[in-house]
Amino acid sequence: MKRTRQPGISRRATLALMGAGAVTIAAPWVARAQAKTIKIGMPTILSGRVAQLGTSSRNAVLLEVEKVNAVGGLAGRQIEMVIRDSKGQPQEAARVARELVNTDGCEMLFDGEASSGSFAVHEVARDLGVLCIHTCSEASSLTADPKQHIPNAFRCVRQGIHDSIVGGSYAAAIAKAKGLKKWATCSPDYAYGRDTTGEFALYLKRFAPDVEIISESWPKLFQPDYTEVVTKILQAKPQGLYTCLWGGDLTSYIDQANIYALFTQMEVFAVNMADYTALTVVKNLPKGIHSGNRYIKTFPKTPENAAWGDAYRTKYNEYPTNWSWQNATAVMLLAEAVKKANSTDGKKVAEALRGLTIKCPFGADGTVTMRAEDNTLVGYAIGWGTTIPQEPYVPEVKAGDWKTIFELEAEWKKSKGYT
Amino acid sequence: MDIDALAGCLASPACLVTQTTSGLIIGMLLFLVAVGLTLIFGVLKVVNFSHGAFYMFGAYFAMTAYQFSDSFALAMLCGAAGTAILGLIFERVFMSRVYGADVLMQLLVCYAFVLIFDDVVRMIWGPEFKSMGMPSAFQVPPLFIAGGVVPPYYLLLIGVALVAAMVLGLGLARTRIGKVIRAAAHNPGMVSALGINTGLIYGGVFALGGMLAGLAGALAAPVRSLTPGMGFSVLIESFIVTVIGGMGSILGALVGALLIGLIRSFGSLGFPLFTEGLMYLFMVIVLVSRPSGLFGKEVA
Repeated sequence: MKRTRQPGISRRATLALMGAGAVTIAAPWVARAQAKTIKIGMPTILSGRVAQLGTSSRNAVLLEVEKVNAVGGLAGRQIEMVIRDSKGQPQEAARVARELVNTDGCEMLFDGEASSGSFAVHEVARDLGVLCIHTCSEASSLTADPKQHIPNAFRCVRQGIHDSIVGGSYAAAIAKAKGLKKWATCSPDYAYGRDTTGEFALYLKRFAPDVEIISESWPKLFQPDYTEVVTKILQAKPQGLYTCLWGGDLTSYIDQANIYALFTQMEVFAVNMADYTALTVVKNLPKGIHSGNRYIKTFPKTPENAAWGDAYRTKYNEYPTNWSWQNATAVMLLAEAVKKANSTDGKKVAEALRGLTIKCPFGADGTVTMRAEDNTLVGYAIGWGTTIPQEPYVPEVKAGDWKTIFELEAEWKKSKGYT
Repeated sequence: MDIDALAGCLASPACLVTQTTSGLIIGMLLFLVAVGLTLIFGVLKVVNFSHGAFYMFGAYFAMTAYQFSDSFALAMLCGAAGTAILGLIFERVFMSRVYGADVLMQLLVCYAFVLIFDDVVRMIWGPEFKSMGMPSAFQVPPLFIAGGVVPPYYLLLIGVALVAAMVLGLGLARTRIGKVIRAAAHNPGMVSALGINTGLIYGGVFALGGMLAGLAGALAAPVRSLTPGMGFSVLIESFIVTVIGGMGSILGALVGALLIGLIRSFGSLGFPLFTEGLMYLFMVIVLVSRPSGLFGKEVA
């Protein structure tokens, strides 16, 4: 019996067509794998009240990427940054991060989000398995909590617990020397404010057991008026005041507290004061506010740090912020890790990053390390000093001791059940 | 809850003076914003959601004028006059087109301009926060009245707001223009039939409302940081004030603003974790007992 061919497309032709289709669809991915440029995605906050910090993050990254590209890029591939606005909203940060990887073809992520958004981006990195470096979130639990740990995510940021240990010991030394026993706190009413204030008080009392917290104020984030908070503190008559207000909230608070002469009646410890965003905006900066170093070009007092601060200012016509140095360090670390791995493959780079020590203008001893045990940055310059109303703003900074930080951090992790 | 602290303060003249003036300061700035809002609603029957933007522009205009002239008086004048002109243009060009439209359309137009005005500020002055700084004349130690602390700048602020309240109250009650405005609020058709240009009145009222919010912004500029979007938080509290006082009532706005100021001031001592909640709780109590507000007219 003769077999007659059915009209239409044969099975063989169908298979051939499907094969051709698959090749066509896969072609961009093949092409991407061989692309000369490497795309790095970065969600950050480019609009809203903290846009200045996001912009300064972007500026710092671009400044450093320019240098890396000038000497050949990452393993011979030029870096192309794809930077998108998350508006500071966690859900938007997660959406943008996912889109950067899935649609824009980014092979790595820089997470330029504040704490709230960084946890959302962290989950995207966990899901997609893409290499992710957090560059702005200071919330300690992001890397300290083992539940959060993923091998492809790193934190290249100062950490709340480190600041609290150094700040607590610095403040305790002054409390003992000047007999400051009654303290008040005034911090923004959200996770960062509550956690940081609690940790500062913990270490202040540890180093100066006589200290008593007699008044607490928790103004809303972005509250326009602090008059009732200022007068409440004046009524309590503390000898020392701690605040972790930041940015425009801190400058408003200083302006409003100034006219009540609050700064002449107590020693004030404002961890976020020594950042150029606040230092250059306050018109009547009182002398003698104690602050942690955020970013100032005079600490660490090295030619490398001063040169970096000046180069940034020359390029962008303003001083860098705390977020700037952290983002710049992320690019420096990535470039060294790629060199060490001799590859841009995310897994190999992550392996190279773990435990990597590099020369860095922002290191306490000229180097910083990506600690292997929890994928977090250590060894950065950290200290406290007192402000003056003009440059260099914080003439003398008392550096924190990293040996003590490591010891107390290990204790803290144990108390939290993290180890 | 720290009732002991509150009772201790009420028993101490020094604390009483400090906290009362603190409440007056918060209240008076709120009053200046809220009275414009209530005035515009009273006459134009429009809930102006973009009113916070005038507070923002007032602060930015004042800061710019102060930077160029170093004169605090000129800064205040520019803050108030600039926003009055802006208010007039805004009303004539945009708002006057939606008076007949439904509330949703008015709301959308106002909200669109909240975003547009914020972006305009961002483009002109930049996205970062700014500070005007305290004029040197007021960089003096605070006064001590009965042991309580009172900054001289805040005395000026309370004084300016009180004068504005009195001029506004008397102007509306005793002058011919005031009578026309009140008549236009009551029956615009009849006022128009009598040959009075109601468009001019509407524009003038909007300009006046904008000017008062701008004056509040200018007075706040030396002590508050300036950012795009700074009007929004003030707007919410101003709405609370107008709801408590009664929409359309100037006396209501004054009483409501002072009550909110005092609640914040004394509430922060006695209920430090519930100060915001106290404001809303008070609003709920007023709304339940007097749905049209303390001085609002009952709707038949």
